[in-house]
Amino acid sequence: MKRLFKPGLLIPIAIIVALAIWPLFSGNSASAREAMFTLIMSMALASSLNIILGYTGYVSFGHIVFFGIGGYAGFWVITHLGWHILPAALLGGLVAAIIAWLLGLAVLRLRGAYFALATIGILEAMKALVINLDFLGGPVGLEMHFSEYKRYGGPMESLWMVYWSMAFLAILVIVVSYFIKTSKFGLGLMAIREDEDAAEVMGVITPRAKTWAYVLSAVFPGIIGVLFFFKNGNIEPGDAFRLHFSIEWIVMLMLGGAGTVLGPVLGGGIYQWLRKTLLTSPIFKDYQLVVAGVMLLIIVLFVPTGIIGWVRTRSAKLRRIFE
Amino acid sequence: MSRKWILVFALVLALTWTLAACGGQKAATEAPKAEEPAATEEAKEEAPAAKEKTVVVGFTASQTGKYNVPSTRQTTGLQMWMDEVNKAGGVKLSDGTVLKFKAVSYDDESNKDRVQELYTKLATDDKADFLISPYSSGLTAAAAVIAEQYGIPMITTGAASDATYKQGYTVVYQAYTPASRYLTGAIDLLMDLDPNAKKVAFVYENSKFATDVNEAAKAYAEKNGFDVVLFEGYDPDIKDFNAIINKIEAAAPDAILGGGHFQDGSTFARQLYEKGAKVKFISLLVAPPEPTFAELGDAAVGVIGPSQWEPAAKYTPESAKAAGIEWYGPTGEEFTKAYQAAHDGEEPSYHVAGGYAAGLILQKAIETADSVEKDAVLKAMDAIDMMTFFGHIKFDTSEEAHGLQIGHDMILIQWQKDGGKLVKQVVWPKAGATADPIYPIR
Amino acid sequence: MGDVLFTSAIDGLLIGVIYGLAAMGLTLIFGVMDVINLAHGPLIALGMFGVYLLFTLMGLNPFVAVIIVAAIGLLLGVLIYFIAVSRVIDAPPLSSLLSTFSVNMIIIGIGTAMLSTSSYNVDYSLGTLDLGFFRAPGSRIAASLVALLTTVLLYFFLYRTRPGKYIRAVANNRISAELMGIPSTRILALAFGIGVMLATVAGGLIATILPINILAGGSYELKSFVIVVLGGLGNPLGALLGGLILGLIEGLVPVFMKTTWVPVIEYVLFVLILLVRPQGILGAKE
Repeated sequence: MKRLFKPGLLIPIAIIVALAIWPLFSGNSASAREAMFTLIMSMALASSLNIILGYTGYVSFGHIVFFGIGGYAGFWVITHLGWHILPAALLGGLVAAIIAWLLGLAVLRLRGAYFALATIGILEAMKALVINLDFLGGPVGLEMHFSEYKRYGGPMESLWMVYWSMAFLAILVIVVSYFIKTSKFGLGLMAIREDEDAAEVMGVITPRAKTWAYVLSAVFPGIIGVLFFFKNGNIEPGDAFRLHFSIEWIVMLMLGGAGTVLGPVLGGGIYQWLRKTLLTSPIFKDYQLVVAGVMLLIIVLFVPTGIIGWVRTRSAKLRRIFE
Repeated sequence: MSRKWILVFALVLALTWTLAACGGQKAATEAPKAEEPAATEEAKEEAPAAKEKTVVVGFTASQTGKYNVPSTRQTTGLQMWMDEVNKAGGVKLSDGTVLKFKAVSYDDESNKDRVQELYTKLATDDKADFLISPYSSGLTAAAAVIAEQYGIPMITTGAASDATYKQGYTVVYQAYTPASRYLTGAIDLLMDLDPNAKKVAFVYENSKFATDVNEAAKAYAEKNGFDVVLFEGYDPDIKDFNAIINKIEAAAPDAILGGGHFQDGSTFARQLYEKGAKVKFISLLVAPPEPTFAELGDAAVGVIGPSQWEPAAKYTPESAKAAGIEWYGPTGEEFTKAYQAAHDGEEPSYHVAGGYAAGLILQKAIETADSVEKDAVLKAMDAIDMMTFFGHIKFDTSEEAHGLQIGHDMILIQWQKDGGKLVKQVVWPKAGATADPIYPIR
Repeated sequence: MGDVLFTSAIDGLLIGVIYGLAAMGLTLIFGVMDVINLAHGPLIALGMFGVYLLFTLMGLNPFVAVIIVAAIGLLLGVLIYFIAVSRVIDAPPLSSLLSTFSVNMIIIGIGTAMLSTSSYNVDYSLGTLDLGFFRAPGSRIAASLVALLTTVLLYFFLYRTRPGKYIRAVANNRISAELMGIPSTRILALAFGIGVMLATVAGGLIATILPINILAGGSYELKSFVIVVLGGLGNPLGALLGGLILGLIEGLVPVFMKTTWVPVIEYVLFVLILLVRPQGILGAKE
């Protein structure tokens, strides 16, 4: 119980809650909601990725594959079987988890760059496969009939519902992430990150631990995929399996600090906020990618542990507060 | 451990409950808020003195990316309409209010995931009264969801795919001939040219628009006794058509139909020529009617393309009268002349005309409604049945396909050599043809 | 049927050589310093635009322009090495993946701002070669021959010259190479430069036959990944074989099924080889 009231857990949750309720207080709530949705979604996605990348040290480059798989599964049952969005979202998570488990059995044997390459291959293979599957709409994807929103009281109500679900999910990811980090299971993962062979010798059942980390890091992107594409009203292979977006999650993670609970929350927020600011600024509009690139390079070269990692090494007091 | 988990769960649940409650409240209070601007407008309209009101027309344009060429032209057309209306003193309502139009637009980079973000911004931050679609069916499908979510009327141009108008939308209206009627004319032309032609190959871009077009055309070809020897989609980012050209040659069709958008279509025509493939009849989407297609040189000769509109198209007040339809807007000649005056004599492509037509449709609806109030304008849109320089405009008002264009028709053009110079000739329908089609090409 | 197979196979091999050349740059860098260069695609695109600009603005023959592009590519590669790679060369793989990816973002960002993402064509034609049983555009054949020639030169460089031997020595074991008095930093920079040079040359050759845009390098980068795994990570000559195999797949598979199945086969093969035989078909770096 004492673990619950540690600042390491409460700070990230407080950040998300504060952001989530912001649209209620700002004048233009619809556009504030859209902005916050992007922000909170990024935080949740980066935090999910953190479980396999940050804690376990396995660089899953094509992690968006689970976002896409879950999105397609959920979208399909909504449009074809008439499911409600919430069970459909859970199904998306479940399908993503099962596929992660099956893939994990095979690819988690690979280490370092080989694993990173394999995840890119899996992503591209999955995208190419979906393009050929007619029941998923092939290259043009699936569209949702607009009357679907009526079921939830109209488009506005649907958007708000998706928004609150997203916020809830983000908090859940943080809680899971925190409990993994402070558990024996998490210690095992971090041992794998530092030295997999040594971890094995010390009694960590590495294949099982890795597979579980992979599955846990895949569940939430799967659920988020369903929410995201339900909100968009359509799903296409190009959006569901976009490598670039996947890499952006890594950038967010590195920015905030991989392997920490607060890092991905901070990184996701800062990255999306910067991107939005740069995109709408007339001077930087054309050069936003360059600015982001230079920023990433500086972080990788000089602050490889990210903001939170840097703060933690600098101050013993803050180390106790930031997890 | 498990007790802790239950506690955490309870805490999180309680938190969400509170948030959801706040959310519910918010959603309830938001609805009247959204109607507020409309209410103040009415108040304004009631005022006796002539008031000027700015109508915000929002859209995104592809300033970069693969849709750059047609999208820029579409924007040019729309802007041309807007400038002309504003210069002529705007639209005057019966209560004396003068409406002036203002465009707000962003660059969508030909990228779908920017589109929804930007249309939301147009709907909320910029308070757009009306929306115009981006270019291409894919981007429009994404934008239409937002238009419908916020209930803002949207006129689509450069978005032909039928599927978008079958999603239960009520505020989306199509200016173009839908995809299902895009290539059927080419099959009619082929039958007219060569009764012995039996084998056709469909090679098309894997996009919403091209898939809709080609599936409809395939069904039409099969119905007319053609043998479809190849029916194959390619990746929108394709650079190398070699493998597909080899397949086409092996299937030895009498006609090649398909294409997608500008870049893939012109690359396909170029590589067919460079490879020295024997082609008797070829009709591609979007690329051929575009004036810059002539840059392909000899590779362009003989290529046929369906066009939404051509300067040579014969839609006149007289023809409207003969058909018993109301005429609206400038004549084709006036439109072409105005465009050429501003663009060094360059001929307007159909994307320009489509952009202009979208504005014209909006103007007509506002005039009929005598208001910018959304419901009145939507009602006026449903009632539109008019002839313009762009052709006949009339929308499907059924629940299943609301907003689908049912009045407008396609024209076929072919690039031909006239004394060493490439010229675009209208070859179909026969009544409006400016030249006989070349057949077989090579 | 036989005809199609023959034509498709030749076409596949012709483009496969160029794919192989592009992949050689990637695999050389990985072989020498265990860095996967995620800026590979944009560098290929820079090669494309190098040739395009030299051809369109200065009227240079594209195949001459490729030589200038190669020299620029070498210098650029050395520059990128010192800015982005040298500091992370001994760090965990994530660091070098991200540092090279940041170079990717910077190049794409500048490229998009200056050139937009629209397509360009190098309007250069060598006519159509018609042998009756086989037809191909002349520029395609010329580009493939230049790619083959570059491969031969690379082989000579690596096996017959002193710096080439140094590179192989550093690839084999950097510490012992340093003990033998080989200036490893300079050799690493040179290897990175050559890797980038190969990417830009491949891009330049592609520009002579296919339409280009600033994002076009991305698809060749992905193809390069498949090729280097096929040929063995870190094995430059394996990359040529991998390129030919990929070219054959792209040429022949469409004869039997829809072209959209080609990438499915490519990437499934890619993952399977990583799992079953990560050293590639020919075996990994020596």
